[in-house]
Formats: sequence, structure tokens, C-alpha cells
Amino acid sequence: MNRFVYLPDVVSLQLNDNRCTGCGMCAIVCPHGVMTLENGRALIADRDACMECGACARNCPADAIAVQAGVGCAQAVINAALGRTGKACCTIDRE
Amino acid sequence: MNIWNISTPAGPVPRVSTRLNLADRLGMCRVRWGIGRMSYTVEPGLYAVGEPDQNSEVLVTANYRMTFDHVRSALSNLDAWILVLDTNGINVWCAAGKGTFGTKELLSRIEASGLTLVINHRRLIVPQLGAVGIAAHHVKELSGFRVLYGPIEARDINEYLANGLRASGSMRRKTFSVRERAALIPMELLPALKYMAVIAVTLTLLAGLMGSGSFMSDVLRFGKTTIASLLLAVAAGAVLVPLLLPYLPGRSFSMKGFWMGLATALAVFLFVLKTTGSVMIVVPWIVLIPALSSFLAMNFTGSSTYTSLSGVRREMRIAVPLQAAASILGVILWFGTMLTERGRVL
Ligand code: SF4
Ligand code: SF4
Repeated sequence: MNRFVYLPDVVSLQLNDNRCTGCGMCAIVCPHGVMTLENGRALIADRDACMECGACARNCPADAIAVQAGVGCAQAVINAALGRTGKACCTIDRE
Repeated sequence: MNIWNISTPAGPVPRVSTRLNLADRLGMCRVRWGIGRMSYTVEPGLYAVGEPDQNSEVLVTANYRMTFDHVRSALSNLDAWILVLDTNGINVWCAAGKGTFGTKELLSRIEASGLTLVINHRRLIVPQLGAVGIAAHHVKELSGFRVLYGPIEARDINEYLANGLRASGSMRRKTFSVRERAALIPMELLPALKYMAVIAVTLTLLAGLMGSGSFMSDVLRFGKTTIASLLLAVAAGAVLVPLLLPYLPGRSFSMKGFWMGLATALAVFLFVLKTTGSVMIVVPWIVLIPALSSFLAMNFTGSSTYTSLSGVRREMRIAVPLQAAASILGVILWFGTMLTERGRVL
């Protein structure tokens, strides 16, 4: 299977090692295997695969992750620039 | 969908079949092609499949009918509860991104459904992509329920349950297979074709008015090229790019669309060169097809499963000015072609 990777060195994902308790939740919820556990601490193993969905940050009980979550959708960016609100891009087939 | 009630300590709970009937399948098909634009929802609340009891697992999902149908059809031969959250008929991932599939809605749905009377454990299985909107530790704190993140795809639920609530690595990765990409094409195609129809009519009428021959003969002559070129641009940007996504050069979608459009434009050029020899008429389209294809491909970021907002913003900062410049250049060339055609005859 082809590995999909978007643009390099662009995502806003940040991990604060000092706060991490190594619970492993971030590694469970990440849909792209960005986070792993090493020596009982979380580690950003594949930064460029991050899609900024925000699941890891929302589920980190120690508040150790920060990311500007959003939907990577050109139409939404256009809508926002034009001041249109409401329906962004989520298509019905995302399940 | 056949429904009959079973009685529980919290009152009657509708039991649904795990088989999809013809009407369910037709419904899915209609939604895929955007026919009818009706909201395709199920009533939020608690449902049963099979013969669940107090120890059966509870699967949480969204009230988008297609999602619900995927979940129940994945539960054949199983006894389980399904807790449907009110997401305004939007699927789990998108609703989680918007916050409607979230901690708050989950907590109030647990309350409203009387779930604590129906089961005697405190576990909920939430689809992994729901983690975008739900904070497991907050749910635990506020309701006592432990949220377990289950597989991304409904089709893996059976295996997940059989494995003692353990998801394998591949169940936790969001894929973007050619099948998934193909299923999204109608959603890209329909709006694109609408816009192209407007452009096609405008340009063809202008050609009729500006051309050297009679209105009708110019409409026919230029209309053919215009419509064919626009359709090809849509085919490149909204069909071929989604299908060939991983094989096209570049990482940004606009770049992939540009290359696909350029290849299409060159094919058009060679075809016209071979058949009619008069290539003047397609010159503007050599510029316009890649620009349009690039724009349409860029819009596919919204349907993709791996693009980040920061990445899309960066891509657009570079691509949108270039697409706009190429479009303006293309239109200027188009008027230029019309005027030279005219000059030649005068
Ligand atoms: S969820 Fe937070 S605390 Fe847990 S492993 Fe990840 S970063 Fe560390
Ligand atoms: S934001 Fe989403 S994709 Fe990025 S690391 Fe967190 S869970 Fe993974």
C-alpha cells in the first residue's frame, strides 16, 4: 500500500515531554501512527504524517500535546476567506 | 430498515436488523450521488441488535443513516447495543471535527437513553475517529464510563470484539485506498460540472457574438472545443487525480492536478494537430486546462484523509495566485484567438 504523506515540515503539532505521563492514549487515537511510545514517554515518530485532526491533544490527560486542529480542506479555506460560514467540506462519505 | 421493540429496565428499545435490505442499499446509492439532498438520518438514542443483555457492549455512533447502516450490518450474529448520538445527520469524523460528535453530546445521550439502567458495566466503544471530538478522560470523570476507542472502520468491529476489545495496528490507520477515492468522485464531479456548464455557456455565446461567421456556425465551431476542453479539465482534476493520487508527481494536490492537466492539454493539442491541423483554437486551452485541473485537484484536499490545515494553507498561498494568473492569461489568449480568427477573415 502506498503511504500518503502531505507537505513536509508544516504541521503545528507540539509535544511537551515534561508533562507526558506515558499513558499511551495519543498513540491509540492517532489515525496516522504519528505518535509512539518510547521508554514510557510519547514521541513524535512521524511528524509529516500528522493531519492536525487534534485527537491526540484532546485525549491527552496530561495536557502534553498542542496542535492547531482543523480540517485540511481548500474549500473551507476559500469559504473562510470569502466570509462564508456554515457547510465546510466534509463530504458525506467520510465515515 | 425493520424495527421492533424489546423491553429493558429503561423502557422499550428499538431492535434493528443487521441485514441491509434493498431500500437501505438504494438509499446509500442515492446519498452517494447526492440525489434528493434529503437528510439521511436516524433518530438519536439507544438501539439493540441481536439479543443484548446487561453485559453486552455498547457501540457509539453518529445519526447519519449511512454510518448507522454500516455499523449494524457489521454486527451480524452479535448481541450489542448501539448508542446513536445526534450529529445532525453527519458522519462520525466530520461531526467530531465540528464538535457535534463530542463529549457533551455523549454525556447527554447517556443520560437521555437511561443507559445506566440497561447495562451493568461502564464501558463504551467509540470509533477511533470520534476521538477528534471526544475526550475519554473527561467522559470518565463526568459519567464514570470508560471510553474504549474501537477500530476506524465499522467492518473491523467484529474482529475487534472477538479479539477481546483489542484493535490491531492496521485497524487504527486511516487508509485512502483507490476504492475509497473512487467513491468520493461523484461529490467532486457534480459541483465541478455545474461550474463548468456556466463557463461553457458564457464562452460559447461570446464566441458566437465575436466570431467571424454567422452566430450559429461560430457557436458550433467554438462550442465544441470549449465544451470538450472543459470536460477534459474536469476529468483530469476531479476524476483522474483522485484515482491516480499516489502516482502523480508532487506532494501538493494542486501540483498533482497541474501535471494531470498538462498531460491532458498536450493530448488535446496532439489530437487536434493530427486531425485538423489548425491548432490556434486550442492554444488558450493548453493554459486553461492545467489551471482548472490544478484548482479542482486542490479542492480534493477536503475529501482526502491525510491533509492538514497548515499544509493546505501553505499549498494555497503558492497555488492560488498561479492558478489565477494562468486563468487570466488563458482568457486573454482566448480573446486573442477570437480576434485573430476574425482578422483573418476580414
Ligand atoms: S496522551 Fe499525553 S500523557 Fe499520554 S502518552 Fe500521549 S502525550 Fe503522554
Ligand atoms: S493531530 Fe491527529 S494526526 Fe496529528 S498526531 Fe494528533 S492524532 Fe495524529
